[in-house]
Amino acid sequence: MSHSSGPLSATAVHDGRDLPVWGGGALPYAVPSKKLGMWLFIVSDAITFSAVIFAYGYLRLAAPAWPRPFETASIVNATVMTFVLLSSSVAMVLAVRASSLGKVSGAVGWLVATALGGVIFDILHIREWLGLIAEGVRPFSNPWGTPMFGAAFFTMTGLHMIHVTIGVVYLLIIAVGFGRRKLSAVDVEVSGLYWHFVDLVWMFIFPLVYLLSAKMA
Amino acid sequence: MESMPMEVQHHHTAPTSFIRKYVFSVDHKVIGKQYYFLAIFSVFVGMVLSWLVRIHLVWPNIHIWGLGVLSPTGAPGGVMSPDYYLSLLTVHGTLMVFFVLTTAPQAGFGNYALPIQIGAEDMAFPVLNMLSFWVTFLALCALVATLFVKDGPPISGWTAYPPLSAVGSDAGPGLGMGQNLWAVSIALFCVGSLLGALNFIVTTVDLRCKGMTLMRMPLTCWAWLITAILSLLSFAVLFAACVLLFLDRNAGTSFFLPAGLLVNGKLQNHSGGSPLLWQHLFWFFGHPEVYIAIVPGFGVISHVLSVFSRKPVLGYKVIVGCLLSIGFLSFTVWGHHMFLSGMSPYSGFLFSIPTLIITIPATIVSLLWLGTVYGGRLRFTTSMMFGLGFISVFVTGGLGGMFLAQPSLDIFLHGTYFVVGHFHMVMGVAAIFGMFAGTYFWFPKMFGRMLNEKLGKVHFWITFVGVYCIFMPMHFIGLEGMPRRYSSFVNDAMQPLMPVHTFMTIAALTTGAAQFIFFFNLFWSMYKGAKAPDNPWESTTLEWTVPSPPPFDNFGGKHPVVSYDAYEYGVTRNGKDYIMQTDPPGQPASS
Repeated sequence: MSHSSGPLSATAVHDGRDLPVWGGGALPYAVPSKKLGMWLFIVSDAITFSAVIFAYGYLRLAAPAWPRPFETASIVNATVMTFVLLSSSVAMVLAVRASSLGKVSGAVGWLVATALGGVIFDILHIREWLGLIAEGVRPFSNPWGTPMFGAAFFTMTGLHMIHVTIGVVYLLIIAVGFGRRKLSAVDVEVSGLYWHFVDLVWMFIFPLVYLLSAKMA
Repeated sequence: MESMPMEVQHHHTAPTSFIRKYVFSVDHKVIGKQYYFLAIFSVFVGMVLSWLVRIHLVWPNIHIWGLGVLSPTGAPGGVMSPDYYLSLLTVHGTLMVFFVLTTAPQAGFGNYALPIQIGAEDMAFPVLNMLSFWVTFLALCALVATLFVKDGPPISGWTAYPPLSAVGSDAGPGLGMGQNLWAVSIALFCVGSLLGALNFIVTTVDLRCKGMTLMRMPLTCWAWLITAILSLLSFAVLFAACVLLFLDRNAGTSFFLPAGLLVNGKLQNHSGGSPLLWQHLFWFFGHPEVYIAIVPGFGVISHVLSVFSRKPVLGYKVIVGCLLSIGFLSFTVWGHHMFLSGMSPYSGFLFSIPTLIITIPATIVSLLWLGTVYGGRLRFTTSMMFGLGFISVFVTGGLGGMFLAQPSLDIFLHGTYFVVGHFHMVMGVAAIFGMFAGTYFWFPKMFGRMLNEKLGKVHFWITFVGVYCIFMPMHFIGLEGMPRRYSSFVNDAMQPLMPVHTFMTIAALTTGAAQFIFFFNLFWSMYKGAKAPDNPWESTTLEWTVPSPPPFDNFGGKHPVVSYDAYEYGVTRNGKDYIMQTDPPGQPASS
């Protein structure tokens, strides 16, 4: 990544004093506004997820028993989902790199690959939801007792799934815009921040929801 | 290598159509005014509701004209039922806390003045800014709609504690559709506030003009920045809480509902949740929210006290440090709203200590305001009067906070009028005084005309005396044990205190009526007031370098360059006693 030398280096003389004064108007910390905006969004969204995860921990610790229904097949499925999502993050890195090098078709290709990873993740996830629903898991009941199990599961994974789905749409919009040269490499990088964040959230949900509820032999 | 594109300057041209100019405008000045009028509408409705509940408290059987039409079940024949009292109280609290105290000082004045004060053409994300307002507008619509749905607004109060708020319409009026609308309204409000906060922070970091270092920003800008950070970190939690509440109500989950709950004889089909979870999530937002309401007021007061004392703000850097530490501490004290929840005494102690520590920066700021005024050549404009009034009500209200910060006292006082008096004084009245000071100060810039100062002073004195008459007695009847939230006190031990309630109700009606002087002044001066010069208050900051009202891009295509601090008053230079921030650099002024 290249940062332009940045207006921070400027000094100016005002009322007899030497003050470090950046050039004004743009990029005081060499962070474009859009990127800073996305970072701030990520901070607040991370706090929203934290609140939901806190609620889960609060209720799970207070519960006398918590189901551990996930068989090996479920864990394998969730591991494959994790692998797909992490691979899509690698594709995202390559998209950002291609866009910053000005390789338009490469960037578009990697963006589409990233979005495809998200779609596969969603399909695997929905398939798993349908399986659990077929087994009788609901937000208010499930076959293993402790109704809050289903509530916590669907709320946390559902919130994450919404983020992945929005991310897929977002990445495709960026791919089209960048392909038509209407958007810049910064826009690609900013969308990458969002995507990596969504992946990172999954890296909390995967162990907390799945591994902690894996069926003990 | 492709260099990073510079995408900060917004060269949008001024819109010409009515819709783009006044309705779906991306101009921060129009959006600021939209927020301001949204708050004016809300404060008007909220005030009328407070009259209704105050009247009912004292004269429980009185017929209130029109109320029976608004709610045939809640107020049959115009006589309010106890349930409807609680419904109206919920709307009063929600309107005032969210749509007045959170919107006007930050989103209203902040949107209007922040970009001009830091020398920017607009906010960093103008379209997002427009979106924030319209999402907030939808939130307001959802809340107002609760007044018109079957059963009316929820009876669960502005804090919406479960189980009451989560169990549904079995538990009482307004807990069906009304509570759903409430949850949607607040979730939308969170989204609007988050987008706004993000925009404020990026604008302050990225769009300052040449020479506008952080330490040259007016304290108003510091206050808006810190408030935006608090909003960003706290509304995200309330958003999650509202989502979970909505799921509990509509998807059958039990995040906030324990097992074995009997509501009006019906066993609820829930188990595994905790009402305390809501209290934790709500107050993790709720305490920073208090500072979201008051910190912009701190900024405005520091600003106008300096302008009208013709002295630099005393301890600029200390005030910045105090605001930052207040902001930080506000995230560590949410448990002091929950002393009654049966928490461990150790936890109570843990939450009590930082609560008391907050009084230190708050006291330092108050003393620095007095120091700013001390020895100044005071100009008693209405804005200045509200500035001084702010110190008075803030300190008075704050003293009550030191009682409530101690768990041992709070366990007794928490359910009484002491708390009502305390938070109305320190959060409501003080923040509103900040808004009045800001209105009388910035109105000439916003509308190009002066407010009437004579009417302004009448407004100030009635309001100032009035709020003390309303809220001081509450502290004392609270100490006597008068419980809050009751709709009336008929034939019980509280009878001897009822004359005090009558006095407070009359004071509330009188003080409320005095606000019509303000509303009249506001709307009359908008069209008939004296034309405002560019810099009527002889102030130094950037908004006073541009015409009143400013052109669409604020600086007419020019890029201001700042060479001075924000509060260079009390100097002698070219026959003036102040130096504009944009004056050309020269010899240090002799003072």
